[in-house]
Amino acid sequence: MDLSSINPILLLASLMVAATPILLAAIGELVVERAGVLNLGVEGMMITGAVCGFIIAVATGSPWLGFVGAAIGGAMLSLLFGVLTQFLLSNQVATGLALTLFGLGLSALMGQNYLGIRAPAFPDIHVPLLGDIPVIGPIVFQHDPMVYVGLFIVAAVWWFLNRTRAGLVLRAVGENHDAAHALGYHVRQTRLLAIMFGGACAGLGGAYLSLVRVPQWTEGMTAGAGWIALAIVVFASWRPGRLLLGAYIFGGVTVLQLNLQAAGLAVPVEYLSMSPYLATIAVLVIMSAGRAPGSLGRIFHAAR
Amino acid sequence: MIVLEKRPQPSRGWSYAAPVLAVVLTMVVGGILFAALGKNPVTVIRTIFLDPLFSEFAWFYRPQLLIKGAPLVLIAIGLSFGFRAGIWNIGAEGQYIIGALCGAGVGLAFYPMETRLVFPLMILAGAFGGWVWAMIPGVLKVKFGTNEILVSLMLVYVAESLLAAMALGPMKNPEGMGFPGSRNLAQYPSAANLELFAGTGMHWGVVFALIAVIFAYIALAKHTFGFHVRLAGQAPRAARFAGVNPGRLILICMGLSGALAGMAGLFEVAGPAGQVTIDFNVGYGFTAIIVAFLGRLHPVGILLAGGLMALTYIGGGIAQSNLGLPAAAISLLQGMLLFFLLAVDVLTHYRVRFAARKVA
Repeated sequence: MDLSSINPILLLASLMVAATPILLAAIGELVVERAGVLNLGVEGMMITGAVCGFIIAVATGSPWLGFVGAAIGGAMLSLLFGVLTQFLLSNQVATGLALTLFGLGLSALMGQNYLGIRAPAFPDIHVPLLGDIPVIGPIVFQHDPMVYVGLFIVAAVWWFLNRTRAGLVLRAVGENHDAAHALGYHVRQTRLLAIMFGGACAGLGGAYLSLVRVPQWTEGMTAGAGWIALAIVVFASWRPGRLLLGAYIFGGVTVLQLNLQAAGLAVPVEYLSMSPYLATIAVLVIMSAGRAPGSLGRIFHAAR
Repeated sequence: MIVLEKRPQPSRGWSYAAPVLAVVLTMVVGGILFAALGKNPVTVIRTIFLDPLFSEFAWFYRPQLLIKGAPLVLIAIGLSFGFRAGIWNIGAEGQYIIGALCGAGVGLAFYPMETRLVFPLMILAGAFGGWVWAMIPGVLKVKFGTNEILVSLMLVYVAESLLAAMALGPMKNPEGMGFPGSRNLAQYPSAANLELFAGTGMHWGVVFALIAVIFAYIALAKHTFGFHVRLAGQAPRAARFAGVNPGRLILICMGLSGALAGMAGLFEVAGPAGQVTIDFNVGYGFTAIIVAFLGRLHPVGILLAGGLMALTYIGGGIAQSNLGLPAAAISLLQGMLLFFLLAVDVLTHYRVRFAARKVA
């Protein structure tokens, strides 16, 4: 094995790219869970976003339109979850699982004519001046725009949850939906909007995989990224700042594992590729101290 | 305005009618979907749901019904206990793989010795493998309070990697000309899970699935364990007062579902599949979740639901080869079925009232 073939600067730079799809999906799910809804369908919404984004990007030639389409696709699918859990009062765990199974089937069906095609190029941007700083420039400031969009969404969510009135209402709905209802807040409406935001973010994360990271469409290409995103929300104790840290740790594990594969570590590839999942379990064990929103996963039925 | 009013008790009638209605709705919406794909919806629905049973080639498909249904029922029975108690083991797919690996490992270790002991040992090893794999999320939940949904699911991906590693490495057939995959256990008489009656599809997995149904029925209806499971799901606080130890219940439910999933994997690898290959698992562990819910978490219901789901697999295969229906359409249909079931279920727990909008 040749460890010197691993360039630390490139490693850190690709860490940001590897973390972005999980970061996008996780920040959406964070908002959903802060509103008191447990949507386990992140994987299904991600893969649907991946295929929607890919189809639209190939058809129009514009990755940007692809991302918009992916967000809409993810939000539409999450609306299905929203109607079932909020209006038909179904069990959130079971409905989330159904959403994942449904999304995997739907995406495979939609994408069957798009196998083996390359996505239109989505060039990196070189941030002027900042991108020229040695070491930090290549690591932080020479990525494709979606990396920065992801960071912006995280910051915006932090600001929304902690600094706006609407964010306060959303947290109230998540902590105690009966109290929030008694105060006159619209529990279902708030949750439905949160669920759709979560779906849109998951769709963006999926499209990042199919348009930038791979960039191709293959069946089941998310390979558990949606579930890792769910785990990161727990790791982050439902706080956006720590979510960023969590996503980068997982990005790091993924990239390191890929680099070790390339460097010819004397361990078979199959064992190395387990590492992100094992790391997720380890983190869940260490970080299970955080407090979940009070109404998380509970069915809200306004008797009055 | 439509108002939902919670029923004091779940409606008995609707709890039977909901799965049937969900199947009908799935057929209707599925038909619309197939029409959109440019197929004749009536032909496709008939091919999927009726041809495996009644067409002129049904003698070929009927045994398949048992072969595909057995793992689904076996896994779903195990899952149903946990689901009733609010313990969500959704990593049955991983436990299925590990069960198959452990069972096949024992079989391969004895090759080519011929004794009657090999197959029973393999069944034990398969159940043990699945049990161990399910105990990981179980123990972590009891000791550290980690989420069993996420851990059990992560372990599916680990198990898939392990399967690939085994098929390419330690378990590779030394006489396999370098192709990935183990020796074919179906050609090793002591380890083979052969048909018990030729041409029926009846193998040991089917026998064990039926035994599991009977035991689950007795446990749920007559035994204190079944009572505790139901109590813990419906009234966790009351269960605590009744002396139910939540940690122990988690471990038992996880272990039970893991052991049954592991056995299902072993029966598959020693019989219909025959060998350990990279693509050995075909998603039975996930489909079994649908089976468990469609069967209302009741053993007899699961038996029927397992049969129905096996039908969609076989019929889907026929539709794929005869009508050119994409394979993904079937998994979409299965996901849709679960959606409709969950949606229709609102009628089981709530009464729909049409009320005039009150002035606030």
